[in-house]
Amino acid sequence: MKLRQVLEDYTFILPAVGIFTIFYIIPFFFIFRLSLFEWDGIGRLSSATFVGLANFREIIFRDSNWWRSVGNAGWITFIALTFQNSLAFLLALACSKRIALRGVYRIIFFIPPILSEIVVGMVWRFIINDVDGANIVNRVLVCLGLHQFVRAWLSDPNTALNVVALVHSWKGFGWAFLIFLAGLQTIPREFYEAAWVDGANSWQVFKNITFPLLVPVIILVAILTILGTMQSFVLIISLVGGELAGYTSVPVLRILWVMRNSSRFGYACALGINLGIILVVASFIQYKFFKKVRNLI
Amino acid sequence: MEINYRLKKYTFTTIIHLFLLVVAVSCIYPLLWMVFSSFKTQQTIFTNLSLIPERFRFENYYLVLTQENFGRYFLNSIFYTGSVVFSIIIIASLAGYAFSRLNFPGKNLIFIIFIGAMMIPTPGNFVPLYVLLNKLHLRNTPLGYILCMISGGLPLSIFLFKTFLDKMPQELEDIARIDGCSKLRIWWNIALPFAKPILGVVAIFNTLNVWNEYLLALVVFDSKHLMPLQRALVVFRGEYLTNYPLLMAALTITTLPVIVIYLLFQEYIVRGIVLK
Repeated sequence: MKLRQVLEDYTFILPAVGIFTIFYIIPFFFIFRLSLFEWDGIGRLSSATFVGLANFREIIFRDSNWWRSVGNAGWITFIALTFQNSLAFLLALACSKRIALRGVYRIIFFIPPILSEIVVGMVWRFIINDVDGANIVNRVLVCLGLHQFVRAWLSDPNTALNVVALVHSWKGFGWAFLIFLAGLQTIPREFYEAAWVDGANSWQVFKNITFPLLVPVIILVAILTILGTMQSFVLIISLVGGELAGYTSVPVLRILWVMRNSSRFGYACALGINLGIILVVASFIQYKFFKKVRNLI
Repeated sequence: MEINYRLKKYTFTTIIHLFLLVVAVSCIYPLLWMVFSSFKTQQTIFTNLSLIPERFRFENYYLVLTQENFGRYFLNSIFYTGSVVFSIIIIASLAGYAFSRLNFPGKNLIFIIFIGAMMIPTPGNFVPLYVLLNKLHLRNTPLGYILCMISGGLPLSIFLFKTFLDKMPQELEDIARIDGCSKLRIWWNIALPFAKPILGVVAIFNTLNVWNEYLLALVVFDSKHLMPLQRALVVFRGEYLTNYPLLMAALTITTLPVIVIYLLFQEYIVRGIVLK
């Protein structure tokens, strides 16, 4: 009777556990095993050559393309952390006040995040690179008489990565905005009222109440921004079309390239593990950093 | 003094509104270009610099849907999204109910594994997944894609169901027990109806997620006729680099359902983001 009941209970989680084990947990462990082999992905797995940690040595000491792609993603992440998130923060502050049309703004700001990166990239490419008539940036430059700055922004290696970072921020700020806004709304009104009664000015209220209480939310947004941006690559496919000779390469694009074009499956796995470790370390540092900042205030 | 203060406040509010307005316009402007350009011709798209075309060419949509097969890709996307979301709701609510209400050995450990999977970043997981799908003969099949997408959506969905069902009053369940309901009946007749609000969040969230997915579609599919919209768009652009009106029409077709779902159910989406 008891055993039957336990088995009955297990049937409830069986479909979930089954699918998740095959398509998530097995690949999760398989990636570590594969990373120790040199294998072309075509022949039998038993014919793969065991190379130990050679793949990781190659990544760390010889793969400059990889580190360049990490650097590129790091730059996009930096722009997202600073520009995108402070823009989102300012917008959330503005919308947390009783201001006309704030419901409409909230709906509009969240339109870019629900679009696919394919759509966003293709539309922005159409606008700022391929068709001059649609290019509001170039048209404004011409109007201002700054002809020398007019260019095909995404074909030019000097500007392509920055345009990617800006479009990425355009797509992402609405999401950060919503989380900040939700965070702002959890701060009790009494805190503000007490501060006003004590004669605090706006800046003091922000510095002593709003900001310190929002630090956990800021940490959360920052970590999610790092995790999301470092792994993003679809936008680059749709916006730039590819790595642009390394100027816009990012880690996941590298992994895809290694897997599909050079057929080095073991090496691709090692790259994936390397990126995973970088991400965990980066989130941890970010967490510590913000905790320090909070203690200082 | 009073006038000065008022003037300052007035200027300040104006600046805030201007700021919000500029950002809002930047959100909508690219979409307007996309929609209006989809009605232009290949010539006017380069020469006519105004937003609104002189004549709306609806035949662009007909061409994209029939000759360029986007009707097929659209149905593919609907099929994948529908099956994944339906399966996730059933599988995740069953598991969420078990994690919240039943007691069995290893319950907490298994739940923690699901939650851990949400936290640990696993870039490059698609490489072993590709190998595995090949082994199981599931690569380049709809089933392989659907199963992978279900697996990807499960952790968050289970978490949402579990935390919501934790709030279900015990009496509801006890009464059903006394009436002789089986656990399966309780899940179907009591837990699922109770979890309706979170069911909406799970459904909308996964719908957008599957509809917009690209990486797995890239890894799984080789055959064009199986591809979902996002993947087909990239293939289409690769083949017809310069046919912008048709590309914009295809993008509009891809985006329209997302916008409609968002405007209809934006409460759910906002709630999902905040819960996450």
